[in-house]
Amino acid sequence: MASLDINQVSKIYAGGNKAVNSVDITIQDGEFIVLVGPSGCGKSTLLRMVAGLEEISEGEVKIGGRTVNTIEPAERDIAMVFQNYALYPHMTVRQNLEYGLKNRNTPRADIDARVAEAARMLEIDQYLDRKPRALSGGQRQRVAMGRAIVRQPAAFLFDEPLSNLDAKLRVSMRGEIKRLQRRLGTTSIYVTHDQLEAMTLADRLVVLNGGRIEQIGAPLEVYHQPASTFVASFIGSPAMNLVQGELHGNRLAVGPSLLTLGGHAPTSGEVTVGLRAEDLRVASSDEEGLQFRLDYVEELGSQRLVHGHVGDQALTASMALDVALADEMKLAIDPRRLHFFARDTGKRIHAPGTAPASQPSVMEVA
Amino acid sequence: MQKNKLSDHLVLILGSLFLMVPVVVAFMTSTHAAADIHSNGLSLTWGGNFAETYEKVLTREGGFTGQVTGSRMVMNSFILGIGFALGKIVLSMLAAYAIVYFRMRFATLAFWVIFTTLLLPLEVRIMPSYQVMSDLSLLNTYTGLIVPLLASATGTFYFRQFFKSVPDELLEAARIDGAGPIKFFIDVLVPLSRTMIAAIFIIMFVYGWNQYLWPMLMTTDERFFTLMRGIKQILQVWIGSQIPDYNEAFALAVLAMLPPVVIVVIFQSWFIKGLTESDK
Ligand SMILES: Nc1ncnc2c1ncn2[C@@H]1O[C@H](COP(=O)(O)OP(=O)(O)O)[C@@H](O)[C@H]1O
Ligand SMILES: [Mg+2]
Repeated sequence: MASLDINQVSKIYAGGNKAVNSVDITIQDGEFIVLVGPSGCGKSTLLRMVAGLEEISEGEVKIGGRTVNTIEPAERDIAMVFQNYALYPHMTVRQNLEYGLKNRNTPRADIDARVAEAARMLEIDQYLDRKPRALSGGQRQRVAMGRAIVRQPAAFLFDEPLSNLDAKLRVSMRGEIKRLQRRLGTTSIYVTHDQLEAMTLADRLVVLNGGRIEQIGAPLEVYHQPASTFVASFIGSPAMNLVQGELHGNRLAVGPSLLTLGGHAPTSGEVTVGLRAEDLRVASSDEEGLQFRLDYVEELGSQRLVHGHVGDQALTASMALDVALADEMKLAIDPRRLHFFARDTGKRIHAPGTAPASQPSVMEVA
Repeated sequence: MQKNKLSDHLVLILGSLFLMVPVVVAFMTSTHAAADIHSNGLSLTWGGNFAETYEKVLTREGGFTGQVTGSRMVMNSFILGIGFALGKIVLSMLAAYAIVYFRMRFATLAFWVIFTTLLLPLEVRIMPSYQVMSDLSLLNTYTGLIVPLLASATGTFYFRQFFKSVPDELLEAARIDGAGPIKFFIDVLVPLSRTMIAAIFIIMFVYGWNQYLWPMLMTTDERFFTLMRGIKQILQVWIGSQIPDYNEAFALAVLAMLPPVVIVVIFQSWFIKGLTESDK
């Protein structure tokens, strides 16, 4: 178990393509960090630089205080779980689990004990003498995790380990990974493009975009205070509504509609306004609100998603089933639930007095 | 539908006959006495001399020096076939491993150079190869018989394609598991290539078994004669007005056919698996 420091790390591929750009993450001992972002944003590249499978172009990676830039993967004291499991097809499950330990000249009795323990923990005892070919996807992924666990490494690295599983299995395996990590207390970095997986697993999320960090923070912090329009639209389902608006004093204009803010607006002029679908509700007749034209409704069972327009801007609201819908509606929102982003940079504009709580604390070196 | 089936069967039957009849004729003829064959030509009937002829071919010492028996030639052919196949597999696997897994400068160039040698069969370089072997005094040795034939563009090509299809994650997992290049090769790649190795072994064994021109040049000592070489030898022996031992030549030809057939029949499922699917 160890802390993990990623200092100003960049990856420049041949041809000058900068896949990872000056990334800084400080990971505490035992923390579960999830790297999340759209496909191609450099998540795997970053993880593989930590693992030692990819050379580090710039910057420094430290595991447990030791700089590992030039150290072989096997010597870094990490274990990795791959998306396609990467089990050795010609070896039985037991041999797969043992292989790394044997190469380290671990004593036989120790190997047997660790394999038995991991097999019991992952409930793969009865498959130990099967080949991976004879296992289902979920069972293979358990074996892959077993192979990581028996090594008792300083850190687990996961690269989209659940992407090849069907939706139902993914949910149950997600829970299991979380439970195992809690129980073992091993520092973990987990890569996924699935924001829901990221939200549910992470102690802290690292949202990546084009090789850069957009935001680091606890899942709810990222959800409630997205640092940019990118994070706002990536985290949460349905995605946060982003509409163009204009601030004057304490008045916000969105298309033809006007809203009055409680206190003073954090800025004035043109802004991008973020509204979570679940924060919108039907306004009472004497309330001010957004003039909403309904286009269509998606039933989700527990609630419904109402899609429509305010002026010419698309908007989605989440409504309870008993709310009466009409073609023309007025939607209200608690002004404190509005998010403001700069039109040009997409960065969050913080209300005066509410300093960005999360950012400095996670950036500081532990 | 029925009609189609009938014509299908006709084609298949004709094809099988086309391939089988010469073999049957050779076998049947080999059971006749040499004099019969000399006067009556090829035969499709059972001659009754089966036991005598085959026993004689396998055990009687023949040739000019009287030192070489049929079984000795069978053994030589096996040594050539197996040595040839194993040597080719080892060499081409190592070459493919280097080309696919190591970041060498000119790796692609090296591959294409190896690949273009496909266009240069043994016959093209037979004189220089002979010269080299002769200078190294390796004529009339198993080494001289086998080693110059070992470089294999075909084998290297097949193994390269196979290694390329092995997922990179397997190498990465092995690296994290602490396996170096040699361990990865022996513990992971070789076992994964089993079916491929079997397929190439069969092809190369048959190819080596059937070598004719090279053993002909390399071996003048009868103790190193292979079956292919021996058949020719029998027909060459014209002593006085004696009739050539046609029956023995046919018997030897039939014997020469057997091992490759047996190997292919036994390994055919592996063979097909190796060339079409892979267990990854
Ligand atoms: N070997 C490589 N050579 C050049 N570019 C690469 C290589 N591997 C990945 N990339 C590029 O780096 C970027 C990040 O890739 P990756 O880390 O795999 O993304 P992610 O895992 O987030 O989907 C992509 O734009 C990809 O095209
Ligand atoms: Mg990836």
